[in-house]
Amino acid sequence: MKFMLMMNMPSGTGDYQISRWPPEAINAHIQFMKDLNRDLMKTGEFVEAQGLTPPGQAKIVRFGKGGAPVVSDGPFPETKEFLAGYWIIEVEKRERAYEIAARASGAPGPNGQPLVIPIEVREVMGAPPPSEG
Amino acid sequence: MTGSPARSIEHLLREIVPQVLGALTRRHRDFAAAEDAVQEALIDASVQWPLEGIPENPGGWLYQIALRRLTDHVRSDAARRRREELVANELANEELQMSSTDEEFEPEQDDTLVLLFMCSHSSLTPASAIALTLRAVGGLTTREIGAAFFVSEATMAQRISRAKQAIKESNVPFSLPSIEDRAQRLEAVMHVLYLIFNEGYASSSGEKLQRVDLSHEAIRLTRALSVSAADSPEVTGLLALMLLTDARRAARTGPGGELIPLDEQDRALWDPALIEEGTTLVSTAIGMGRIGPYQLQAAIAALHDEAPSTEHTDWAQIDALYGLLERMTDNPMVRLSRAVATAMVEGPDAGLRVVERIAQDVRLKDHYRVHAVRAHLYERAGNRDLALEHYRLAAEGTASLPERNYLLVKAARIASK
Repeated sequence: MKFMLMMNMPSGTGDYQISRWPPEAINAHIQFMKDLNRDLMKTGEFVEAQGLTPPGQAKIVRFGKGGAPVVSDGPFPETKEFLAGYWIIEVEKRERAYEIAARASGAPGPNGQPLVIPIEVREVMGAPPPSEG
Repeated sequence: MTGSPARSIEHLLREIVPQVLGALTRRHRDFAAAEDAVQEALIDASVQWPLEGIPENPGGWLYQIALRRLTDHVRSDAARRRREELVANELANEELQMSSTDEEFEPEQDDTLVLLFMCSHSSLTPASAIALTLRAVGGLTTREIGAAFFVSEATMAQRISRAKQAIKESNVPFSLPSIEDRAQRLEAVMHVLYLIFNEGYASSSGEKLQRVDLSHEAIRLTRALSVSAADSPEVTGLLALMLLTDARRAARTGPGGELIPLDEQDRALWDPALIEEGTTLVSTAIGMGRIGPYQLQAAIAALHDEAPSTEHTDWAQIDALYGLLERMTDNPMVRLSRAVATAMVEGPDAGLRVVERIAQDVRLKDHYRVHAVRAHLYERAGNRDLALEHYRLAAEGTASLPERNYLLVKAARIASK
């Protein structure tokens, strides 16, 4: 089964909070993410992982007159959180997705302590289940 | 290069693919169908050769298999069309063209060049031209190309098939362009090869997995081009530029894949053989007396590669070369790079004044690289606050993860001082 793990961050001012951290903390955080991805590749559970550019560059697009895109600029003060990045993983069972999400949630923060980032876990819809008989 | 038998088969196949495809297209006109047939033959070879050994005449073998595939496709197409009651005349013609399956494989020297021209035709988007060049001339499989660009095999197959459709619709003949068109068409070929090289260069710091090395593929194809277009100093310049840039590969990233800028690189890790070859090539090119943008960029790269350190780099010469390049290209990014060189010659304030002027250019509006250069120059000028601000802005603006990380750590280092 495939899951999407979404890492949500408080939206703040629209910039990267991480840019206020000490250099060692930034490096430790980057290394943590790399190790996590490498481990997921080793176990064959890695499908994809991406970090996203900050919400200051986000746009919201809606269907306009005649299908023309209507684009509004970010940041969007009404949103409390923004998606900072995501993983797509393929695992045997749901519990394993929770384990991986918990590990991601513990990424080290500015003082080296786990950040406890909320990770939203969503199962990806797949092919219909095999028919009986 | 020595290696496992599977690797040497792979190399051999990549070398002969353009010859086989060229010969087949010349005979049978339909580039799109010939390309599919060769791709299928390529896959057959990659399964059979490791088991049965490399045939005595690999090109001939591949040609015969591709020809058989092409014949099968044309016949089944013809049969289908017959069912659809299409013009009988046309069918007879095609049957006639396909009747001799015992034809010999006859490669021609210009085929690789003709294919390169075809794959960078102006009817294609850059992404399509890149994909098609890698498959038709580079001999890579769709799966390999997809993996190199982090897209699925199906997506890449679709991109290639649309590219071939566009070529078909543009009715470009399978032949060398006319003398009048040649320079412009050659420029398009070089641009595609340069994009492939840059793609490899930019992504080589990421997780490698089993990706084809795009920079090496670009160098290989540019070498082939430089044989076919030996009279073009720009082609020689492009090859030199690639070699001189690739020479710094080992020093460009740290153990964790982090970016290391030129001034902090361990120059002992640079590849002296590549530097020597590149430097010789750029002198040869410039000696031909027709200066162009690739030669100038190669000359700048050569000056960096020959310098023992940032301080002992001939910045005045680099500044002058950028000046020429600026006049030749009207590219604001060139102007921005020049500002760094100017700062090395005349000091950071002079560089900053240049940047302020460039920043007015609408094409650069809020570009993160403007912030990155400002940050770098403010840092050199000792203006901590403005350096910090611009490093942060640059980090937020880049869409490259290694670059973002580099800029963030730069900002953090200044903040913690």
